[in-house]
Amino acid sequence: MIHLEGINKTFRVARRKSGFGRALQALFSREYELIHALQDVSFSISQGEMVGYIGPNGAGKSTTIKIMCGILRPDSGVCNIDGRTPWQDRIDHVRNIGVVFGQRSQLWWDVPVGDSFDLIRDIYKIDARRYKRNLEELVALLDLEEILKTPTRTLSLGQRMRCELVASLLHSPKILFLDEPTIGLDAVSKIAVRQFIKDLNSRRGTTVILTTHDMQDIEALTERILLIGKGRILMDGSLEELKKRSSWRKTITFEYLGPQPALDAGMTLREARPGRIVVYLEPEVCSAAEAIAHISRQVEVKDVSVAGISAEEMVAGLYREYDI
Amino acid sequence: MRLYLKFVAMHLQSQMQYKISFFLLALGQFLVSFTALLGVSFMFTRFNAVDGFRFPEVLLCLATVLMAFSLAELFGRGFDHFPRIIRSGELDRMLVRPRPLVPQVLASLIEFSRLGRLVQAILVFCYAIPASGIHWTWDKALTLCLMVLCGSIVFFSLFVIYAAFSFFTIEGLEFMNVFTDGGREFGRYPYSIYGREVLRFFTYVIPLALFQYYPLLYLLGRRTSILYMLMPLLALPFAIPAYAFWRYGLSKYNSTGS
Amino acid sequence: MKPYLAIFRLRFINGLQYRSAALAGMATQFAWGFMEILAFAAFYKANPAAFPMEFSHTVSYIWLQQAFLALFMVWFFEGEIFDSITTGNIAYELARPIDLYGRWFSQTAANRVAKAVLRSLPILLVAALVPAPYRLSLPPAAGQFILFLISVLLSLGVVVSFSMLIYITTVYTLSAAGGRLIAAALADFLAGAIIPLPFFPQPFRAIAEVLPFAAMQNMPLRIYSGNIAGRAALWGIGIQIFWLAVLTLFGRVMMKKALGKVVVQGG
Repeated sequence: MIHLEGINKTFRVARRKSGFGRALQALFSREYELIHALQDVSFSISQGEMVGYIGPNGAGKSTTIKIMCGILRPDSGVCNIDGRTPWQDRIDHVRNIGVVFGQRSQLWWDVPVGDSFDLIRDIYKIDARRYKRNLEELVALLDLEEILKTPTRTLSLGQRMRCELVASLLHSPKILFLDEPTIGLDAVSKIAVRQFIKDLNSRRGTTVILTTHDMQDIEALTERILLIGKGRILMDGSLEELKKRSSWRKTITFEYLGPQPALDAGMTLREARPGRIVVYLEPEVCSAAEAIAHISRQVEVKDVSVAGISAEEMVAGLYREYDI
Repeated sequence: MRLYLKFVAMHLQSQMQYKISFFLLALGQFLVSFTALLGVSFMFTRFNAVDGFRFPEVLLCLATVLMAFSLAELFGRGFDHFPRIIRSGELDRMLVRPRPLVPQVLASLIEFSRLGRLVQAILVFCYAIPASGIHWTWDKALTLCLMVLCGSIVFFSLFVIYAAFSFFTIEGLEFMNVFTDGGREFGRYPYSIYGREVLRFFTYVIPLALFQYYPLLYLLGRRTSILYMLMPLLALPFAIPAYAFWRYGLSKYNSTGS
Repeated sequence: MKPYLAIFRLRFINGLQYRSAALAGMATQFAWGFMEILAFAAFYKANPAAFPMEFSHTVSYIWLQQAFLALFMVWFFEGEIFDSITTGNIAYELARPIDLYGRWFSQTAANRVAKAVLRSLPILLVAALVPAPYRLSLPPAAGQFILFLISVLLSLGVVVSFSMLIYITTVYTLSAAGGRLIAAALADFLAGAIIPLPFFPQPFRAIAEVLPFAAMQNMPLRIYSGNIAGRAALWGIGIQIFWLAVLTLFGRVMMKKALGKVVVQGG
């Protein structure tokens, strides 16, 4: 379905300097630096997969997405999506994809949402029957009946994002690109959006590629993760694998009376306050039971809780590990 | 075409949400041009003619340029507004729509408040057409239509060039104003009054005089050759390099994304 | 004073960063000025007797107008200030321990000066080098030049205090684009931006001369060449001071009222 191989992309950026003298200097000469946005990026995604594309800001996520959408042409490499090269057959290619840019709207600000949808129908030349069926289905799934007649500007952020999703799916695309779809949403809306994306994937078999900073999105939605850093794909695997890799890290929180206890081998202090410590464990060296026993020998333990680390921390750990 | 009309309806619907601000804007647009007109008429309270052109003749010229400009602006405002389309990411959105880009840019912005200028051009025509003392025959009427239509295509091409520049630089764009806004402002007088070099420039490089000065001479009966009547048509090929430049800019955007 | 200098410095550096913008701006203003002068030259040729100013005065008027465009034109507004009003950020501004009128005033003035300083010198230099009838001439006397400099500063003050009134009315209307356009078009016309006031026929000229707009670019541009000289120049500067005081006072009173409204609305 999607196949990228050896994609490279380099940008030339003028360096702006700070300070008065430097600014004066820049009037006459200017330095440029080359930014390797993507280096030898290769991956394949099959039909119906949901893939989370993660990495820190500036790692190359949006460059990759732009290439797959046909907006950017890479310097070299092959990109084949559903048999087409996006930047060569732009119009045929984009008929099959839907794109949601989380921070930009495609809805008309002062016009009822339903009218924006009608316009999209005409842009994509969606035939009337299919449009009606799609719209009814999407509106019911996302619970939007009442707001079709209200102008976009009066919607809440959550409602707007749901409408953005509808707008990107009216033409039944085979692939959906979501760029930070839950950014800024409240908890209820986030859950609704995630549930909807899941449903969509299982009902229609739509391939979903999702960039996000919200690890709960990843946990809730994707089986597969692509990690990009400094323009290179660093990891391509399932969330489970990732979890296993970092399973050596468990945290235990102790609340106790008395002085701060000493730690045993395989335990690392993460935070300490009077009467409370949080400790990382390496299970191969020290099991949770051993750790608890070790601490309770020294102080009177009031409460203990054991937790695996969150996806959030896992990814932060990964970024550290790869130094990105 | 049907889709374009739909876009027009959407723009109208959006802009009518704020009626007062719409009318104030239209009035403002009207006034900006009106002060220019006032300046011209003040000058003619002192002077009978400039470079041999009397007041109603100059008005004919002013109205032609103003109308050509406002038509170009009404339909081609998307290009005039293009730097912002790039910066806001709207261009990326257009690129993921299965439609050719040029009509999308045209449809992306239609500001009805710009009608303020068009209304003024029409009013000035209403005064100048009879006052100019021209004996209106079918060929002269046709010449005037050609002047306005070809003129709006030249201004439109200038907007396209402006948009093409914005693929390369946002900073240096201001210079294009000499030709767009400047073309309109200085075009209130026949370009010949600025001297031979300026007239040459606006004949061979930026063909603003081709739809203004030369056919005006035909209208006023100072030249009778049919060549002067058809001069506006010669300005049309200007659209070709403009479009080519825009395509070139777009291909650069495809490779740098900025 | 220090925070205001900091604003000015920041703007100036910002202006330097964008060298092609500065170059393009200069070229635009130069070309614009040249075309204006050619148009006036055509009228002069048509009938020198009907020309109400000396031709060289008109030429200097236009060159200086283009060189100091950013100081004089009412339509250079501060987008930032409008935004802070329409988005409600003005509430944060009010929380700062700095007089808001003074802040906006100096921000606007600093921005204009930064822009003008950067662009004016090259334009003036080139204008002083073009062939004779179109050349920018020197002021007739050193005293006249000093009067010109004083008048420039006052005129900037009048322009900025007029802009302040427009910012403040935005608090009431919230959608100011139209009103802004109308106010700027009229003010600039009456200040002599399109044609200098001596070209106005009577009674328009007499009316325009007594309006506050005549205290804007009209005054310094005519003082420079000696079109207004001696007693008349001093008198003109007096009028500028008068309008500056009136507009600033009026602006402060209006602002007090408007801010009361913002506080009541809760921003």
